Amino acid sequence: MSQSEPILTLENTEGRTTRPSVAPRIRQDQRAQRIFFVITLLPVFLIVVVTIALLVRAWPILQAFPLTDLLFGTVWKPSEKMFGFGPFILGTLWVTVVGVGVAVPPCLLAAIYLAEYAHASTRSFTKPVLDLLAAIPPVVYGVWGLLAIVPFVEDVLAPLAKRWLGGVPFLAVNQPTGFSILAGGIVLAVMIAPLVISVVYEIFLTVPNDLRHASLAVGSTQWQTIRNVVLPQVTPGIVAAVVLGASRAFGETIAVLIVVGNVPQVPTSIFDSAYPLPALIANNYGDMMSIPLYDSALMGAALVLLVVILIFNILSTLVLQRMLRRKWA
Amino acid sequence: MGMKKNYWRRRHLMELFMKTLMRISLVGAAASLGLILWTVVARGLPALTWDMVTQSPKGGFYMGKEGGVLNAIIGSLYLALGGTLLAMLFSLPIALYLKTYLGSSKWGQYVRLSLDVLWGIPSIVYGAFGFTIMIAIGMRASLLAGIIVLALVELPIMVRAMDEVIRRMPADLEQAALALGSTRFEVAMRVVTRQMLPGIVTAILLAFGRGIGDAASVLFTAGYTDRIVTSLMRPTASLPLAVFFQLGSPFPEVQQRGYASALILTIIVLAVSFGSRWLASRLNKYTIK
Repeated sequence: MSQSEPILTLENTEGRTTRPSVAPRIRQDQRAQRIFFVITLLPVFLIVVVTIALLVRAWPILQAFPLTDLLFGTVWKPSEKMFGFGPFILGTLWVTVVGVGVAVPPCLLAAIYLAEYAHASTRSFTKPVLDLLAAIPPVVYGVWGLLAIVPFVEDVLAPLAKRWLGGVPFLAVNQPTGFSILAGGIVLAVMIAPLVISVVYEIFLTVPNDLRHASLAVGSTQWQTIRNVVLPQVTPGIVAAVVLGASRAFGETIAVLIVVGNVPQVPTSIFDSAYPLPALIANNYGDMMSIPLYDSALMGAALVLLVVILIFNILSTLVLQRMLRRKWA
Repeated sequence: MGMKKNYWRRRHLMELFMKTLMRISLVGAAASLGLILWTVVARGLPALTWDMVTQSPKGGFYMGKEGGVLNAIIGSLYLALGGTLLAMLFSLPIALYLKTYLGSSKWGQYVRLSLDVLWGIPSIVYGAFGFTIMIAIGMRASLLAGIIVLALVELPIMVRAMDEVIRRMPADLEQAALALGSTRFEVAMRVVTRQMLPGIVTAILLAFGRGIGDAASVLFTAGYTDRIVTSLMRPTASLPLAVFFQLGSPFPEVQQRGYASALILTIIVLAVSFGSRWLASRLNKYTIK
């Protein structure tokens, strides 16, 4: 798009024929280019440096125990040198799956409405609402979850499930409080909603209008057009948006920590408490230096988080970059 | 004939049904914002006293006695300000380099990919990373450490937001400047920066808002103290952690103050968000349309 060749180069300006004022400006340009280039390498290096730093700190625990014991072990007793991440990894997975499950259907519908149906006025009203939703700090989401969602789960959803959904797997009510995976999932769902809605919306905008017009012209309703013409075009992008939302949910710390109960157990129901990995790291940073291998184990937990999220993110970003570029092509 | 009529009816009912579902979803998303704000205001306002914003914790504050969270408010402002300034120092060159030098080349795509990936790394991981570095160089929890880690959290947010607006700059402006003999550096500094100033300001304030609300990254790195911070090398309180710690208290008075602290944090974040919108529309007057 923009030019990739410099218009003037040192070779053709430093010669005797050209104006004297140009050369210093070219030199300034090239000096700036070098400095900018070095600064721009920072983000690329940062990813590598963060990974290596965590790997170095986690090395002792990786040496002391086989990886499968760490990842699938279910007993967590640092003082007795037992470091099984199993319950925490499962807790994170449960909360993430519930959060994404709650978020995706309404977010998709809302994004489709914004892209395909909504008036310009609805769009211009929705954008600041989503921006504000994204701007609210995690800890405030946590306060909201504590004051509104935990009681809602405890007083409304759990009794309902107990009354009507007794035998259904994953929905058993085993504990009296609302500090649960479901509460964490609902809070996460609202937190990732602005991201998922805006990414899906952008993807829908990449589909050329001709396709819609062709479908409408042969008599399809708008929903038929969306289902049969637009959706098949954007499916990879939607999957990528969902994965992006999931990776966001996977690493969310404070908001989840406040509402999820933090009981290190292998959950069996969405009404159970859980203890996600980020909460484990955040809750124990204080006393981790006093027990051998404990700090290494926590940094190992951070490394697990990082690796999973890197994989999720790289995959979804590659898909989205490819899809969104089509708009400018 | 009857078949056809039925089909006609079904697809139109489906249209209506889906449209209604979509409207409900959208209203639901908007309503959740209302619910969050209402909850925080309704529960925070009763405990929000003048002392809360003008005093630091006194003896027995964490058992429900006198004091406020001024230490955390000041600490958070310092942290977010420092983090934002530091992040800006790197973000602006990166965003300009992406636009004027890399454009949409292969390298540009790689840099954008790595920024997107950095953006997705959770702040607890940045916190843990900062902590490992602090141990390695023997640094203790301090305002400076908090600022550096916040800058890492804010950097990708800021660059991505800047890149979003800068790449939307009309190509003719850049081409006109180049045609007149400007170097790319001059285009970056004199054309892109000025024309895109509203977007750049919005990006900076967006990152500031994100930084001031982030708890997981400063938990390891900035520490917590009841005094107002006076030195870069000292630990500092921060508002998100003040909320977090007070919520965990067994005393109802302290929990109430936690809600009030959450309200203060929400007000600051909303003010930044609205402020950036207002500022951007003001600055927009001075750009070429």
